[in-house]
Amino acid sequence: MASINWFKYASPVTFFPLAGRLIPWFAWMAAILAAIGLYVGLVVAPTDFQQGDAYRIIFIHVPTAWLSMFLYVVMAIWSALALGFNTRVSAMMAQAIAPTGALMTFIALWTGAFWGRPTWGTYWAWDARMTSELILLFLYLGVIALRNAIDDPRRADRACGVLSLVGVVNVPIIYFSVKWWNTLHQGSSISMTAAPKMAAIMVSGMLIMSFAAWFYSIAVVLARVRTIMIDRERGAAWVGNLAEVKNA
Amino acid sequence: MSEFLAMGGYGFYVWSSYAAMAVVIGLEIRSVRSRRKTIVEEARLTVPEATTSLFPRGHA
Repeated sequence: MASINWFKYASPVTFFPLAGRLIPWFAWMAAILAAIGLYVGLVVAPTDFQQGDAYRIIFIHVPTAWLSMFLYVVMAIWSALALGFNTRVSAMMAQAIAPTGALMTFIALWTGAFWGRPTWGTYWAWDARMTSELILLFLYLGVIALRNAIDDPRRADRACGVLSLVGVVNVPIIYFSVKWWNTLHQGSSISMTAAPKMAAIMVSGMLIMSFAAWFYSIAVVLARVRTIMIDRERGAAWVGNLAEVKNA
Repeated sequence: MSEFLAMGGYGFYVWSSYAAMAVVIGLEIRSVRSRRKTIVEEARLTVPEATTSLFPRGHA
């Protein structure tokens, strides 16, 4: 491990083919895990004694909610690396993560609404967990809009990097909101320090779906970053030499 | 089967959630693919000379 020079992949020339080789693996892992996860979640897992079958929304709500926060942190880390080392791939990765992060946040909010209606009697409440998650969606959309508003991509990298880093304070607020405030939203179902409050089969369905969502996100972000690389590096010799560009 | 779709009376909420996920994933994959097609086409029009005339393959 120590002998690998990670900076080698800080250049699009080396990162582009690496990403291309990784995408099918992550995409297949995502598809297989999603199939298993859906089977476990919708067929194998028993009906909840309190919530009936409405609880089955958990198998997409929790994975997308986790990812919405995690992707934001990853985007902020890539932004920090881009600001610190001025590496092109870091900035492109941050750029590629934003749309997927926004979509995961949207799904977390949407599924939360459709779960809240039958269990709490409302699609939406301005409680701390939901409001901070909505702010996360606006942060993602803000980063995307800011990039589109600046013509020079290197200036856009810096501006979006700063915005991403400032916005990262929202992530712990989302995570701890159910502890810090008295929220309609329930506390964590899974904790690192205590036994899960759910049946084991439900937990495994949720974890399998989480891994599926993770692998999907990695695959789609890598596919998007490859497009961004061709876009931003066009005119460079390595782009002209790509088989898909040359023989299109 | 219809019992499965009914989800114990919660079918509307459960399937609205799962359908949204499916639609979003489908749209995201489609948008990345179509964007890639456009970008590759643009890149092809940007750099044909630079790669063919100066440094033919095997020389550079």
